[in-house]
Amino acid sequence: MLEVRDLGVWFGDRQVVGVDALDLDKGQTVGIVGETGSGKSMTAYAIAGLAPGMGARVEGSVKLDGRELIGLSDGALRDIRGRRIAMIFQAPISSLNPVFRVGDVFLRALRLHGASKANARERAAEAMRSVALSPDLLHRYPHQLSGGQAQRVAIAMAVALRAEVLIADEPTSALDVTVQAEILDVLEKLQAEESLAMLFISHDLAVVSGICDTVAIMYDGEVVERGPVSETLHHPSHPYTRELLAAVPRLTTPEAPDA
Amino acid sequence: MLEVRDLVVRYGPVVAVDGVTLGVPAGPAGLGLVGESGSGKTTIGRAIVRLTEPASGEVTVDGLNAFNAKRGDLKAYRKSVQIVFQDPDSTLDPRMRVGPAITEALRAHAVVERSAWPDRVTELLTAVGLQAEHADRLPHQLSGGQRQRVAIARALAVEPRLIVLDEPTSALDVTVQARVLELIAGLREERSLAYLLISHNLAVVEHLCEQVAVLYLGQVVEQGEAARVLTRPVHPYTRALRTAVPELSETLPAPATKRAEPPNPADPPPGCRFHPRCPLAVDRCRSERPLPREVGGRLVACHRAEDSLAETRG
Amino acid sequence: MTAVTAPTSVPGVRARGFARRNPTLVLGIVLLVLIVLVALAAPWLAPAPGDAGTATHPFNVLTDPSSAHPFGTDLVGRDLLTRVMYGARISLRIVVEVLLIAGVVGIPLGLIAGYFRGRVDQVIMRITDVFLAFPALLLSLAIAFVLTPSVQNMTIAIAVTWWPWYTRLVRGEAASIATRPYIESCRVLGVSHARILARHILPNSITPVLVQMSMDAGGILLTAASISFLGLGAQDPTPEWGLIVSQGAQYFATQWWFVTFAGLAILFTAIAFNLIGDGIREMLDPRRVVSR
Repeated sequence: MLEVRDLGVWFGDRQVVGVDALDLDKGQTVGIVGETGSGKSMTAYAIAGLAPGMGARVEGSVKLDGRELIGLSDGALRDIRGRRIAMIFQAPISSLNPVFRVGDVFLRALRLHGASKANARERAAEAMRSVALSPDLLHRYPHQLSGGQAQRVAIAMAVALRAEVLIADEPTSALDVTVQAEILDVLEKLQAEESLAMLFISHDLAVVSGICDTVAIMYDGEVVERGPVSETLHHPSHPYTRELLAAVPRLTTPEAPDA
Repeated sequence: MLEVRDLVVRYGPVVAVDGVTLGVPAGPAGLGLVGESGSGKTTIGRAIVRLTEPASGEVTVDGLNAFNAKRGDLKAYRKSVQIVFQDPDSTLDPRMRVGPAITEALRAHAVVERSAWPDRVTELLTAVGLQAEHADRLPHQLSGGQRQRVAIARALAVEPRLIVLDEPTSALDVTVQARVLELIAGLREERSLAYLLISHNLAVVEHLCEQVAVLYLGQVVEQGEAARVLTRPVHPYTRALRTAVPELSETLPAPATKRAEPPNPADPPPGCRFHPRCPLAVDRCRSERPLPREVGGRLVACHRAEDSLAETRG
Repeated sequence: MTAVTAPTSVPGVRARGFARRNPTLVLGIVLLVLIVLVALAAPWLAPAPGDAGTATHPFNVLTDPSSAHPFGTDLVGRDLLTRVMYGARISLRIVVEVLLIAGVVGIPLGLIAGYFRGRVDQVIMRITDVFLAFPALLLSLAIAFVLTPSVQNMTIAIAVTWWPWYTRLVRGEAASIATRPYIESCRVLGVSHARILARHILPNSITPVLVQMSMDAGGILLTAASISFLGLGAQDPTPEWGLIVSQGAQYFATQWWFVTFAGLAILFTAIAFNLIGDGIREMLDPRRVVSR
């Protein structure tokens, strides 16, 4: 569904991303794991068409159902963004304008993509319920929501717009671990129900291994290892992957309960 | 060595720390403070180093009182506890080179005489895994991990009895984090260090601490041996925390708390603060605050601790 | 045939690059340097140094610009080129002195207010507010009026109205820096407040003040000229530009040179300061896209 080939991103003379290939299918979750400077976020922005706006130069091919996205006009991109490709960020504030009530932003996004007023309200309420939030929360301002709630609203917007591809950039990194568990649960259920194609970017290998089917490990702008999660976890081939796995602090698993 | 008794800290109407009692013996020793946002763990750390003043309660190190100390004792107290902060980008003065930054610590407490300062700086730098040349660098010329090492060196310079480590590696990449944690473990052995490790990461705490206290909305809900509490938790919150931690496996952690409005620290639930989200909550939990008692070899503040323990043994 | 590429590390090339990227700043600096040179060289370059002082030439009164007197002469026959050149010394000195006094008074107050907060902050800021409530020119005039008019007293008067701006500016910076972890770690270490203020807070809050000072220089010059023009600043025979303009005002229709050259001097010096101020501000703007 989403095909990335020879994607290169430059800031001036410096190349920050050099991804040879990346594929994403309907109903599938692909994870991109890397540390700071690995280029994982920039890759996501490039795919979403946001890179030129940040002053970066993008080359290569990103095809959505065969249609080339690199080099598309702003108008065509705006159509695709939100409706076919949706993105959620680490800080939900990025998607929620603090001056407006959450519902206003939500409805405006829906109407921008063609829904009528009544229909938009319906879809928004439905989307909120699908992320286990009461539609009443739409009356609140973003600062009146908790981190977890705000993130769920961002997910709800992506769902309401009936996006087919969801790009999630560190969506749970800023959240408490118990809240993270809830959000990941929501994402997993949603993906199953809507057959979303999800690109999940994170520095947390443990989270990615839980929610993703395949994973791509990035280092210094390149994909150094890719494959199904089970393979990568248990039989890592690249030394950097092994270093990453070794570095994750692990909790001792409880042995048989004591008498 | 460190004793915190019934500590209460308020930020305006919010009670950030509500009657916490804990202690750390002389080194080598590590106590972990585990909790999520709003738990009060950072506030406790700040109170111990006198960055925040408590509304009531006592903090003493080797008998020296943190808040009722007389002039001379205050200086001695400051020498006995130090802190390392979370954010490597703001933990060092961007305009001060590493050498002078560490020397500043030496100067503050006349740890050694002036002539010995340069040597001591080099010794401290090597102790934290850096080189003598790093003394001439400015913070922006160092990586995040290196800056945290300098922060640790600065804290060690005054030879404190206790160091409060406030999420020292949370802002670092995981490979860098592993090395800094190794450093802390190493220093603990070499210098008989005692520390209070504040972290939201259970695995990190388990690796570095023998004892742990789990905090929820300003109160200690479970406290005891780290190995025991973190691998076989009893309190429903600790259990939820433990199950929520993602492991390197192909399954996702199952959310273990009831869906409820996230707690408002300014208006906490009555009785047991965890009751709106607790799968084991009963009427008593809604009205009566549970006090810590010994269950399963550790202290648990829960009315249904025995039932919870039985569930884990399942 | 080989292509020749200019090495980028040659100092001349780098300087040209800087000039291309910051034209405003460079132009301002060039102008100011010229003015400073004129001011410094006045005792040697000026045709009649005595005319900047008490000399008078009753037979040379109000003569046209000529080769002997390129700027003409004034109402007591003094060479105006000389007086304008010496005026540069006075104006520059006023600007430097005002900035110095305002800085020495305003910056420490701002640092203390921002770092200690609480009652100290309240007291300092209320005092600052009182001074800020007065329009600068009016307050300077009032003070200059009460003290006997002179360049020295005028300088003090202007400085008195200027320091509160720096206090307010520094206070904001200091307050934000005081809560940073590296300052907290100093407090936990037991570093004295004095040392924290001097070695940590001051260096990290000074930049906006320096930028502001560069932008204020032009305003100070104009304020000084205005006060002297109104007779409450420099007094004859001091060749201050504003005073010369005031003396020449009534002769403007017939002896145009009297007012004009002094006026132009004020104009160009103020422009030079403003260009530098704008240039520094542009240079420090984090949003500037530096093209390669």
